[in-house]
Amino acid sequence: MKISEQDVRQVAELADLKLSDAEVSRLRAELDGILAHVDKLNEVDTSTVAPMAQVLFDTNPAATLRDDVPISPLGNQAALANAPQPGAGYFKVPKVIER
Amino acid sequence: MDFAPSNIPSLTIGEIRRALQTRAVSAAELAGEALRFAQAENPKTNAYLHFSPERAMAAARRVDDRIARGEDPGPLAGVPVAVKDVIVTKGLRTTCGSKMLADYIPPYDATAIERIEQAGAVILGKTNCDEFAMGSSTENSAFGPVRNPRAPDRVPGGSSGGSAAAVAQGTAVVALGSDTGGSIRQPASFCGVVGVTPTYGRVSRYGLTAFASSLDHIGPFARSVRDAATVLGVMAGRDPRDATSAAAPVPDYNAQLDGKVEGLKLGLPPEYLKDLKGESGEVFFHGVERLKKLGCVVRDISLPHTDYAIATYYIIATAEASSNLARYDGVRYTFRTGGAPTLAEMYRGTRGEGFGAECKRRIMLGTYVLSAGYYDAYYLKAQKVRSLIARDFATAFDQADAIVAPVSPFPAFRLGEKIDDPLAMYLSDIFTITGSLAGVPCMSVPCGTTSEGLPVGLQILTRHFDETTMFRIADAFENS
Repeated sequence: MKISEQDVRQVAELADLKLSDAEVSRLRAELDGILAHVDKLNEVDTSTVAPMAQVLFDTNPAATLRDDVPISPLGNQAALANAPQPGAGYFKVPKVIER
Repeated sequence: MDFAPSNIPSLTIGEIRRALQTRAVSAAELAGEALRFAQAENPKTNAYLHFSPERAMAAARRVDDRIARGEDPGPLAGVPVAVKDVIVTKGLRTTCGSKMLADYIPPYDATAIERIEQAGAVILGKTNCDEFAMGSSTENSAFGPVRNPRAPDRVPGGSSGGSAAAVAQGTAVVALGSDTGGSIRQPASFCGVVGVTPTYGRVSRYGLTAFASSLDHIGPFARSVRDAATVLGVMAGRDPRDATSAAAPVPDYNAQLDGKVEGLKLGLPPEYLKDLKGESGEVFFHGVERLKKLGCVVRDISLPHTDYAIATYYIIATAEASSNLARYDGVRYTFRTGGAPTLAEMYRGTRGEGFGAECKRRIMLGTYVLSAGYYDAYYLKAQKVRSLIARDFATAFDQADAIVAPVSPFPAFRLGEKIDDPLAMYLSDIFTITGSLAGVPCMSVPCGTTSEGLPVGLQILTRHFDETTMFRIADAFENS
């Protein structure tokens, strides 16, 4: 077994995901199977291989940068239009500091 | 052509252009008929999630105005288009197939949308897909699955299943999809239409909801290679708003479709063929024979790291997804859980309720492989193997002008058949994922059908930015 229910709960905490007990138990089994398959990669000798950090990259490192000119932003109203709870030009959220 | 509403399911871009030029129909009349037809037919497949009649009619009237003024109405003038609901459209709901974004109205248009509308396209509506493009069957949509127009008890493939189904059903002439590990090619194969994943960076992703940024592409679906090439030509090219979009010049693809493919060297990877059994294999090998008859020279080329592609992909794609989906936190994007007393509980509750099972699975896997102590063993290792997979392709393209391969180990499967076994579903992406990891252009072109009448596609892959050779082969194959 590569992963325990305790591990699943810890990862869910990191990912900010609330999971039911049933989800934890199912995810443990599923992730266990997937991680077992992924272990295949250990068969490959990568000691002299660089990680692929870019898919394609033009030779000039600045080639993909746009001209440094200001463009107008969305604006406050448009940015807030999809907020579940906007207020006074801000995103409102529940209490941040717990006491 | 004499335009009649009954033509709609088989229309091509060229036919529409001629009908508009000869005034056989106006763009507004065509848009009205196309909308009526699509809305009437949609209950059979659930391909569209919602329609955009006002936007479509406004676009059609702009085309008619341009024609009336004697101006060129653009290469997609009056063409009814369906758009996968992961590509944002200003003022038009964009759900990503998720409860999380069920009411999301984007404040801007994706660059691909701007470009096709500027070229005269008429967007009829937004199409169903797996939630946040995660899946291979479109069964992971929060808004119900899509039925394959060729076999209603079967899936259309995924994740762009709605776009493939709309084109196959004839409720759109062309459609836009997105492909991260096969999400355009596999549904194109399952539905019997053309589906194109261009070179990584060929089409701007500005406005494509991010799933895995080093793998995401926008590409077209069409009923012919020519129509797909036309749409790609309109969308392709540098966009200052996407720093990963490439400055490489965009050729006029259709001008080079001369049917002459004699002497082109095609590589056949034996690593793919060992897993190809049954009727899909028979149809594929029959397709290879047709390519030989056209004068192509077919030889074996090796892609030795193919066996490691699925593992590599499901580490890199989920790692990137876990990061990209962090933004859905109940603050900015419409959905928020009710009654959470603190910010932390609001985050967790919103994400726990808003995401479906497949999204949660991938966020969990991605978070795990990036977490302290596992990063080197999983994520870094996968990035190194990805280098080897990309090198496989570079070596193969020293020996061949293109690679031909199957798209899927099997034709469209039954609704519900694979949904309970996520690993089996992931493994079915084997033939499409390697090309995605290398960032090379690849497409599915209809190859034939099984004895049950299920479509099977043939995949063509070429060098970075050489979509031209890919289209030339596909076009000659389509006409053979």
